[in-house]
Amino acid sequence: MSVLTTNYLTPTGREEAWRFTPLKRLRGLHDGSARVEARNSLVIKGQLPAGVSFGRENLDALAASDDVIIERVRGENRDVAHLSIAADVELSDAVFLTRNGGSLDSAELSRVRITLGAHAKATVVFENIGETLLAEDLEIFLAPGSSLNFVSLQEFDAKSVYTARHHAVVDKDATFKSINVTVGGDVVRILPTVEFIAPGASAELLGVYFATAGQFFEHRMHVDHAVPHAKSRVNYKGALAGQDAHTVWIGDVLIRAVAEGTDTYELNRNLLLSNGARADSVPNLEIETGEIVGAGHASTTGRFDDEQLFYLMSRGISLENARRLVVRGFFSEIINEIGNEEVQERLMSRIDGELEKAGA
Amino acid sequence: MSVLEIRGLQVSVDTENGAVDILKGVDLTIKSGETHAIMGPNGSGKSTLAYSIAGHPKYTIKGGSVTLDGADVLEMTVDERAKAGLFLAMQYPVEVPGVSVSNFLRTAATALRGEAPKLRTWAAEVKEAMEALNMDPSFATRNVNEGFSGGEKKRHEIMQLELLKPKMAILDETDSGLDVDALRIVSEGVNRAKANNDLGVLLITHYTRILKYIKPDFVHVFANGHIVEEGGPDLADKLEANGYADYVSK
Repeated sequence: MSVLTTNYLTPTGREEAWRFTPLKRLRGLHDGSARVEARNSLVIKGQLPAGVSFGRENLDALAASDDVIIERVRGENRDVAHLSIAADVELSDAVFLTRNGGSLDSAELSRVRITLGAHAKATVVFENIGETLLAEDLEIFLAPGSSLNFVSLQEFDAKSVYTARHHAVVDKDATFKSINVTVGGDVVRILPTVEFIAPGASAELLGVYFATAGQFFEHRMHVDHAVPHAKSRVNYKGALAGQDAHTVWIGDVLIRAVAEGTDTYELNRNLLLSNGARADSVPNLEIETGEIVGAGHASTTGRFDDEQLFYLMSRGISLENARRLVVRGFFSEIINEIGNEEVQERLMSRIDGELEKAGA
Repeated sequence: MSVLEIRGLQVSVDTENGAVDILKGVDLTIKSGETHAIMGPNGSGKSTLAYSIAGHPKYTIKGGSVTLDGADVLEMTVDERAKAGLFLAMQYPVEVPGVSVSNFLRTAATALRGEAPKLRTWAAEVKEAMEALNMDPSFATRNVNEGFSGGEKKRHEIMQLELLKPKMAILDETDSGLDVDALRIVSEGVNRAKANNDLGVLLITHYTRILKYIKPDFVHVFANGHIVEEGGPDLADKLEANGYADYVSK
């Protein structure tokens, strides 16, 4: 155990990247005051299929990061939990990883790597559960022609704090899909970022979040189109209910001058289910070349549609059930992309529960 | 035997410029097995009548009463009205993204019957209702009214009418936007519901053509927020010949 040194610039809340985050609730992750414990909480669930390995290695970071907490994690920890899927391996079943320990009194600074060999194909599901204080540097490398469906489920207990960067480096003709589901925790701040390094790469960043009273969930995308002919799609949907429920969605997409033939679209939709909740939604498209296939964004924040509720209720469905149907419907577009019925139904039940808890 | 009684119904609608009076005292009694056609020009308040009976929040009741078998409908929530036996087939059915037709129908049937229908018999029931209305089986997996054509929306409304078995149905311009074939199919659905469930029907329409398929027992002419003339089926023929000009100028 050690105490973090404060060589890094501590955010004050005035920085663009930190202006929404409640720093005081990060339990010292951002300013180095948190006591650090090597918990190595990430474990494989079940048996590893052939062609897949999981172990701890000493690895350099794949890509630089300008996030202070990620810098701290890297400065502190050389030990990287590495899930590697060999070239040409196609997994029919998802690989599940989960957490086997946590604490609020000390911080885990976790480094994780997922590597897909050329033409490998896999679904990897992270179940982030329990009561914990956790900062995570997660890097994903997709070799040419590989395809990854990466599902990260934030089902933490109520007091947990999780700050993470999920950074994907996507090589030629590789396909990256991430689905973030954030429904639990006190503060969850995730930076889903993508870097294309060769043409023909594509990324789809999907997410849902449901914040109830007092919860803060931030998802801050950054998609870097640094090569020609890459494609990106972002679609995040959120619901908020209860006093001081607060969500932040930032969609930074950069199309560099060399990135001709880029095709990108990002979308964020929020459903405000009560008063006293706040959804910040900031799409930000920076375009340095006009030679592109398409680039667009949309952001909407609204309340329940009275016409939908009236229609459902006119068929005998109670207000409570009508709301539940509408919210399930709202999220199903993304939840159904997970491709695992058991997980999907578990999440939908959790969402029903959140709705009930909020009394919305 | 059920009776829907509307007495002196006055309704206003909330607009950006304040409340506007639409219904100015409507009296109407519908009994099981009867079909009443309400005909009138655009803007006469026909749809307001339909939506106020169903309980749409946009409308404010200013006076009068609506009872179903003596029970005060206006005191009921929207879902309670459906449970009491009222059904509104809407002119513009609402899209509900992410909610499949089969999930929606089962949830509605569960609410109205007080218990979830048995899976096997329910599947057969839905299949039969869909086949009767010439609907493709894939329809059940689509999201409610999302991307439906005008005709599909109306068939979906009538399919619900047949499955949910209300006592009284209000059909709000169910004929609008239908071609001749779809009009016949939809009308046959209404006639089946009448025959099977002794359904009372309040048929709101602008045109007489649907009355060739669904025979009314009574025709009411609606203008300027109330009923201005009543008669038998022959009144529809008169309207067909003369239009609404006589009533609008009154």
